[in-house]
Amino acid sequence: MQKGMATTLETPRGRGLAGMRLPESPTRAAGQLFFRALFTLQGLGAFALITLAVMLRKSGTAGKVIRPAIIAEIYRAGVRLLPMFLFVALGLGLVVIGQSVSWLTRVGAIEYLGSIMVLVVVRELGPLIAALLVLARVGTAHVVELGTARALGEVEALEALGIDPMHYIVVPRVVGMSVSVFALTIYLIAGALLSGWLWAFVQDVALTPGDYFRQLAGALGVIDFTLLAFKTLAFGFVIAVVTCYQGLAQPLRIEEVSGATVRAVAQSVAGCIGIDALVIILYLAA
Amino acid sequence: MSDVLSSTVPVITMTGVGISSLRDDQRVVVDGVHWEIRPGDFWLVAGLQGSGKTDLLMTLAGLMPPVSGEYRLFGEAMPIYDEVRSDARIRLGLVFEGGQLLNHLSVEENISLPLRYHRNLSHEEAQPEVFRLLQMLDLHEFAASPPSALGRNWQKRAGLARALALKPEILLLDNPIVGLDLRHTRWWMATLSALSHGHPWLGGRGVTLVVTAADPRLWGGMARQFAVLKDRRFAVLNSWGEVEAQGEELVREAIEEPSPEGGKN
Repeated sequence: MQKGMATTLETPRGRGLAGMRLPESPTRAAGQLFFRALFTLQGLGAFALITLAVMLRKSGTAGKVIRPAIIAEIYRAGVRLLPMFLFVALGLGLVVIGQSVSWLTRVGAIEYLGSIMVLVVVRELGPLIAALLVLARVGTAHVVELGTARALGEVEALEALGIDPMHYIVVPRVVGMSVSVFALTIYLIAGALLSGWLWAFVQDVALTPGDYFRQLAGALGVIDFTLLAFKTLAFGFVIAVVTCYQGLAQPLRIEEVSGATVRAVAQSVAGCIGIDALVIILYLAA
Repeated sequence: MSDVLSSTVPVITMTGVGISSLRDDQRVVVDGVHWEIRPGDFWLVAGLQGSGKTDLLMTLAGLMPPVSGEYRLFGEAMPIYDEVRSDARIRLGLVFEGGQLLNHLSVEENISLPLRYHRNLSHEEAQPEVFRLLQMLDLHEFAASPPSALGRNWQKRAGLARALALKPEILLLDNPIVGLDLRHTRWWMATLSALSHGHPWLGGRGVTLVVTAADPRLWGGMARQFAVLKDRRFAVLNSWGEVEAQGEELVREAIEEPSPEGGKN
């Protein structure tokens, strides 16, 4: 990262606020927390905007280097996680169906099984679980890798070669992770819906596959597909931006990398939940 | 010789430049640098550890903005971050003290990266030139190795190969022979001499060199211009004779004390 850019993105975290003495009052503590969050948000916002600007401005630059890097990232954050996602999908179907079937049978509303699956799996749990798993498996590794690279001077080495670290390091991760979270969510949802029917079948629910998928199709609307695509791409973007920001934007020492990883996880989760809340508002408004 | 090397127009000009520390940009480590580097020069910048040699090179390479004064590289005001002037920036190569290779790439991929990025080449398209560089610098047996598998001697050499990939006109080298064994030190001395006088890799043209070192004595017979960094000051000493005649404390220290780069000459 260019020195000037890094300086712009640095927040007072760790230098001023975090290093302060214990607050004298709860109000003061709340104030410190608020301003720390505000500075972090400002830094992340600037980093995200710079990333988008670089993606647009350099879309035609060094394609033979950046495209393979994006493909490698999709493989790493997407394809390699597929077996784990199929296992989780099996479990997710069991959890939702297992809980729902007995209650729906009791109240005689088994025809709503498909609607519940759409509500719980497609709209909520599917995208969120996919994002959290990608964060845990790949996002944390990003922070460690990039933080270590920054601490070892590899970012300066890229700059010395005239290579923009935002372009070479951040853009492939952002694109790769957004695409991966989107694709893995689709697989997770498809797997969970399929396993849902299997578990219902195991529990002797009188529901033919045709009826089940008719229920699903009836409960799904265009808005579900639109918001699902928006939400999953946004989750991937947020996780990639936060993890790259924590690893790259601030000069780190090796011993600070673990702290940056913890911050990245907390901020990514908060970001995803924020987007989720926004999407719920959009659902309600639609 | 290229146009730039046959001209006497300075390729680097520093006027009253103040330089901050790479680790702490609030701390000025060198102040008031007035310096002109002309094409074909071979500068040695001597200074004890912590005197700001690396920070000076980072500023020269455009990685840090000067805190005061004006720095021009090929006539362009530095630092030149914007796209349109990146062509001027890559006419300058930087060799880090530890090589600073990218650990997620192999040695070969490290060397090919600048070529591939700036010329938009695939791995296969960059191969012939990279292979030539690997052969020339005796690095071919480490081509597929990760940098962490190489000893310090070879990591530094791979760092030089990467900096040479784009055939720079100016080469900055941070403590190139610190920590090397005698065989590698001799190799570096011979290679830098060849680079300065005209190297086949550069089509026979010489490259302008700026080398930093704690011990100036090893470079007495090689470098043609000398400068000393001490107590936040930057003093230009134009010849080795001038260095030896100097009463500067730094020079006395360097000549009289055991060398940190492998003992007295």
